[in-house]
Amino acid sequence: MEYILIIISAIIVNNVVLAQFLGICPFLGVSNKLSTAIGMSAAVVFVMTLATIVTFLVHHYILIPLQITFLQTIAYILVIAALVQMVEIILKKISPSLYQALGIFLPLITTNCAVLGVAILVIQKNFNLMESVVYTIATALGFGLALIIFSGLREQIELNQVPKGMRGTPIALVTAGLLSLAFMGFTGIVK
Amino acid sequence: MNQWSNFTKGFIKESPTFALILGMCPTLGVSSAAINGLGMGLATTFVLAMSNLFISALKDFIPDKVRIPAFIVVIASFVTMVDLVMAAYVPALHKTLGIFIPLIVVNCIVLGRAEAFASRNSVISSLIDGLGMGLGFTFALILLGCIREALGNGSVFGYKFINPTSDGILIFVLAPGAFITLGFLIAFINRFRKTS
Repeated sequence: MEYILIIISAIIVNNVVLAQFLGICPFLGVSNKLSTAIGMSAAVVFVMTLATIVTFLVHHYILIPLQITFLQTIAYILVIAALVQMVEIILKKISPSLYQALGIFLPLITTNCAVLGVAILVIQKNFNLMESVVYTIATALGFGLALIIFSGLREQIELNQVPKGMRGTPIALVTAGLLSLAFMGFTGIVK
Repeated sequence: MNQWSNFTKGFIKESPTFALILGMCPTLGVSSAAINGLGMGLATTFVLAMSNLFISALKDFIPDKVRIPAFIVVIASFVTMVDLVMAAYVPALHKTLGIFIPLIVVNCIVLGRAEAFASRNSVISSLIDGLGMGLGFTFALILLGCIREALGNGSVFGYKFINPTSDGILIFVLAPGAFITLGFLIAFINRFRKTS
C-alpha cells in the first residue's frame, strides 16, 4: 500500500516536471517529436534508476561512515557523470541496437537536473533502498508521461497558426502551463 | 570587446533566461516570490563568477580531454560552499530554495559559460563575464518573481499593495503560473528585441 502511494504521488500528484520543476531542459528541448520523446523517456528511466541506486549506496556506505556528507553534491555529480559514460560504453558493446535507440540521449542526461535532484531527494526523504527504487522509477515514469503528452501537444501546435511573437519557446511554455494546470487537478489524492 | 559590454550583455542581449533559454529549472522553481529570486540569483552569480575565475586561471593546467569533469569539480566545490554558507546564515531562505541550491551544479548556464567563455579568455574578462551573466540571471529571476508575486499575492518583496485581507490570483504563485508567466514574458521581450 505504501508503495502504491509513493507511485501515485510521484507520477501524477507531484509530477517531477510539472510540479517540481526538475528536468525542464530536456522537457523543452527534446519534445518536438513523439518518437524522440519516447527514446528520451526510456533513457531517463534507465539512467535515473541506476543513478539513484548507486548514489544511495555511496551515501550510506561511503559518505556516512567517513562522515563526509557535506561532499554530497560533488560526490553525486561525479558518480552520475561517470555512470552515464560507463552505461554508454557498456551499451555500445553488448547491445548495439539499444545503443542506437538510446545512444544520442545519454550525454544529454548528465545535465538533466532531475537525475541529481531525485538522488538528493531520496536521501532528504529518508527512504530505504526499496522505497528509493520505487520512488525513482515512478518519478522517471512521471517524467516520461509528461514528456510524451507534451510532445504530442507540440506536434499538434506545429500544424496551427501561432502568433509570430509566441512561436517557439513562449507557446511551448504556455502549453506546459496548461498541462501543469491539468495535473493540478490531482492535488489532494495523496496526502 | 570592451569590458563594459562584456558585463552588460547578460541582461538583455545574451540574457541566459530570455535569449538563451538556459537554467529553466531554478527560474521556474524559485520565482514564486521576488525575494527567492534574489537569493537564488545571487547564489548563482557567486558560483558563476568564482568558477569562471578559477577555470580561466587553471585553463593551461587542465588537459583538454578531462576538462568537463574538471570544470564540474570546480563548480561543485563552489556550490557546496554556497550551500553551507546559506544554511548557516540564511536558514529560512535556504529552506525555501531547498533542492535548487545543490542543483546549481547542473545549471546549464554555469557549465556553459565555463566551456564557452572561461576556458578561452583572460582571468579578468572571465570574472566580469561571470558577474554579468550572473546578475543578468538575477535580474530575470527578480523580474519574473515580482510579476508572479504581484499578480498572485498582491505584494512585491513581501510588501502588500492590495487590501491585506484579500488574496491575489492564486494560480500565479503555483506551478502553472510559472510556465505561463515566463512564456508571455519571453514573447514580450522577443517583440521588444525585434523592434529595437
